[in-house]
Amino acid sequence: MTGESPSAWHPQGAPPDFRFTAENETLARGIVGRYPAGRSASALLPLLDLAQRQNGRWLSPAALAYVADFLGLSPLKVREVASFYTMFNLEPVGRYEVQVCRTTPCCLCGAEDLWKTCRAKLNVEEDGGTTRDGLFSLKEVECLGACVNAPVVQINDLYYENLTPETLNTLLDTLAATGPALPKPER
Amino acid sequence: MLAPADAIFTNLQGLEPGSLDAARRRGVWDGTSSLVRRGAEAIIKEVLDSGLRGRGGAGFPTGRKWSFMPKVPAPDRPHYLVVNADESEPGTCKDRDILRFDPHRLLEGILCASAAIGARTAFVYVRGEFYAEAQRLSRALDEAKSAGLLGRNAAGSGWDCEVVIHRGAGAYICGEETALLESLEGKKGQPRCKPPFPAEIGLYGCPTIINNVETLAVVPEILRRGSAWFAGIGKPRNTGTKLFCLSGHVNRPRNVEEEMGLPLRELIEKHAGGVRGGWDNLLAVIPGGSSVPLLPREVCETVSMDFDSLQAVGSGLGTAGVIVMDRSTDLIAAIARLSRFYMNESCGQCTPCREGTGWLWRTLCRMVEGRAEVAEIDTLLEVTKQIEGHTICALGDAAAWPVQGLIRHFRPLLVERIESYRRKAQAGA
Repeated sequence: MTGESPSAWHPQGAPPDFRFTAENETLARGIVGRYPAGRSASALLPLLDLAQRQNGRWLSPAALAYVADFLGLSPLKVREVASFYTMFNLEPVGRYEVQVCRTTPCCLCGAEDLWKTCRAKLNVEEDGGTTRDGLFSLKEVECLGACVNAPVVQINDLYYENLTPETLNTLLDTLAATGPALPKPER
Repeated sequence: MLAPADAIFTNLQGLEPGSLDAARRRGVWDGTSSLVRRGAEAIIKEVLDSGLRGRGGAGFPTGRKWSFMPKVPAPDRPHYLVVNADESEPGTCKDRDILRFDPHRLLEGILCASAAIGARTAFVYVRGEFYAEAQRLSRALDEAKSAGLLGRNAAGSGWDCEVVIHRGAGAYICGEETALLESLEGKKGQPRCKPPFPAEIGLYGCPTIINNVETLAVVPEILRRGSAWFAGIGKPRNTGTKLFCLSGHVNRPRNVEEEMGLPLRELIEKHAGGVRGGWDNLLAVIPGGSSVPLLPREVCETVSMDFDSLQAVGSGLGTAGVIVMDRSTDLIAAIARLSRFYMNESCGQCTPCREGTGWLWRTLCRMVEGRAEVAEIDTLLEVTKQIEGHTICALGDAAAWPVQGLIRHFRPLLVERIESYRRKAQAGA
């Protein structure tokens, strides 16, 4: 991830401390309970996801260390796993992660135009990055598995499908104007 | 052409709700108890006789796979069923629509399969990006549990079946079954060496069967309507109905259920409104997801969409993700982008794949421009041969085949691109 880290995420320039909220701790224990006794390592991916959601969509070193401790795993192992999967952000990201699918089926249907639209609008590097105000992160992702509705962009958890540069432009404007609630995709 | 009465996925377009009530109206969870009560041997035999082949890409006979499980679980080694919902093959988006529009069909299939293989716990591994889909599946699971259809004495069958939904976190390789198991155990998704196969040593070292979403979702209908009904659809060795994902340069991209063995041209023209600009505007089709070699138009005229027919023309049915490319496509760039996909998704474990995929991408990038030597086309082909068959899992093969297909069918295009670049460079010099 290129681009400047938004200062809001690092008030003192140091990563904040991390622990689950009481609610998330209960959720986390419930998740661990889904797996057989002695197999709590299976909960690693779900717990990293939970921690990332609580921590503003990225996993700080403190969050990684906390999850490692929570599951009794070595911090190194947790970092190794977290860095393997593309959905875990090991650096701060914007409030909206705009993830443009640029694999062939989307490319055939105009994904490159979407990418150019985003780049022009968000004014980030050629390979993506985070805007100075920390609102948007632009990312190239591989096939999102919605090819019959190409081109597709995932913003945080939601898929926006059958996009054109115009509809994407409007969507980004709406996000910038309305704050955290994501507009519901068509279907 | 599939008769409407033979369709299994009657809510594929999502026109009706995916709720339990709506699913029941579509015939899901109808008499499930009696299906499960037939017992493991009878269920496996019915599925074997139906000729069902796995819908995840490899096409291995499902009943045979199930028969590899130990008949009686050892006390300290429970059996597991793992559902592969890590749908990530470029061009493929069929399982997604089962998860979000017809999740109960999958859940009923899980119950039937769990009884067949003696598994009392099933994990559904859903790709991480499918957040909304996992939520819908989770709601359906809650409904099913509340209605007594899953959990203890599931559907009154006497069989206990717990289902756990597990979300991935973004890694194509986790669609490979042993990488999926590693990931489910909380590790990096790196494929295991086989043998031992998961039916012997799978999840947590216990006997495990991994099945694709579509495969499991058709099982209850096979049991309800009989193996003869399913085997009567399609062709010998390539039986039943199949979901096809029609994407790219067609007038109406969509998912559709059809009989196996339908001609590709009919599939595109009947269900996707034809190729953009008409059939004559067709350049090539990737018939089974990004991992299979493309087919030039001449082959597309006559080929049928089933495992054996596509294999006979040097390609494959794969996941049945049909990517259509018209004459406006820069085919070299389209295949180069797939090489980039495999480079990004290689798990890094085997050297030929880790190094080779990057090599393919960089060489093809130059070839898109034409900035290469004609002799390099053969070098490129040679590199694909060095990757193919020399890795633990099939990702290496999958990276090699699209490039081999390009060279096999469109070598003159590559040569022309290189020579044209040279002519321009000389004129400019």
